[in-house]
Amino acid sequence: MCATCGCSDDSNVKVVNLQSGQSVIVGHDHSPDHSHPHDHFHPDDHSHEHNQSHSHDHSHPDDHTHEHDHSHPHDHSHEQDHSHAQGQSHDHKSDSASEHSSKISSGSTVISLEERVLAKNDKLAERNRGWFEGSNILALNFVSSPGAGKTALLERTIKDLQTVLSISVIEGDQATLNDAERIKKTGCKVIQINTGAGCHLDAEMVSAGLKQLTPPRDSVVFIENVGNLVCPALFDLGEKCKVAILSITEGEDKPVKYPHMFRAAEILLLNKMDLLPHLDFDIESCKRFALSVNPKIKIFEISALRGNGLDAWYEWIKEQVLSPQLR
Amino acid sequence: MHELGITQNIVAIVGEKAGEQKVSRVKLEIGKLSAIMPDAIRFCFDLCAKGTVLEGAILEIDEIPGRGKCNLCSEEMDLSLLAGTCQCGCREITCVTGQELNIKEMEVV
Repeated sequence: MCATCGCSDDSNVKVVNLQSGQSVIVGHDHSPDHSHPHDHFHPDDHSHEHNQSHSHDHSHPDDHTHEHDHSHPHDHSHEQDHSHAQGQSHDHKSDSASEHSSKISSGSTVISLEERVLAKNDKLAERNRGWFEGSNILALNFVSSPGAGKTALLERTIKDLQTVLSISVIEGDQATLNDAERIKKTGCKVIQINTGAGCHLDAEMVSAGLKQLTPPRDSVVFIENVGNLVCPALFDLGEKCKVAILSITEGEDKPVKYPHMFRAAEILLLNKMDLLPHLDFDIESCKRFALSVNPKIKIFEISALRGNGLDAWYEWIKEQVLSPQLR
Repeated sequence: MHELGITQNIVAIVGEKAGEQKVSRVKLEIGKLSAIMPDAIRFCFDLCAKGTVLEGAILEIDEIPGRGKCNLCSEEMDLSLLAGTCQCGCREITCVTGQELNIKEMEVV
């Protein structure tokens, strides 16, 4: 069972390198989400030294306000005075795992955890992001429902841009190498991550995938997520931004049905525009829905198959590559 | 759809922090705009806690209402969806609270 999203996944995640043919198993370890506590450790935030009585020796610098952001809902007594000796400083407030314990008169101890449930993934994602930035790599995370045209878009984009940009691809699917085989035919470097029954890529999988992919400096990495509009919105991979693809065969209200995903994305590609004459699809109403959940989302109308509207999309990619933060 | 796995995370994180100690109470903070349903977490909690140091623990969930702030006029407002329109007409609303998914504290015996 996947410990993050509840998908019934007992199998391991597999990374297949399409160049070498080698495959590597990634422990499906979303921890601290994972139920094997020995797999990892949390420096500095363990509770063991703190959970007896409430006494600290520490000082507060002059401009420091003594802000306790935890609550003690039960009656309890602090067994010792909260003394502030000189020469040590102590930060009571921290973003993730500040822990603070206080003894309750009944004999039990309340330990403040302040731990974000998805903190480990976010930390790994930041590590990936730092690596991308240090290597001057533009990483884009493509998300959509199954069948919206992610792979077709990547194939076309790679064919049209590979003379001007160095592109490599991480493919995410539950099973098969089919998408990676399609990408490989373009001549581009690609690895496939099979998530088993897992319904999204996470930062650890991408980190393992990058070790196989070894993208060059000053390049572009396209990450094709598992086709799913729910879980991938919650999992940062370290990408520069998410690119959502919505096929106009899907219905114009998808952005409001799956607001988290369309809010998390910076770009919306409305794909299969060549089919518009055959469909009862209201483009303007779809755009309104998308902008209502994400006023900043940038929308492109395209057809990956016929090539409509792709120039603007390509210009956007090139602008990202040439933007100062990637220099 | 992912609450079972989220609950497993919670049990794993708390269990790890507690070590050998028995956990009698866990307090969570779940934002109303977080895409996580508290009732589903409650439903899964006893199941996930079984056989761990959390077995029998009381689960408390603080639901954090959605609040947004207008990017233009800084007016704050309640948000029932991840989108809204400010009374000034601006639709760029920054979500201030409501997307939390945190383990606040645990009580060990």
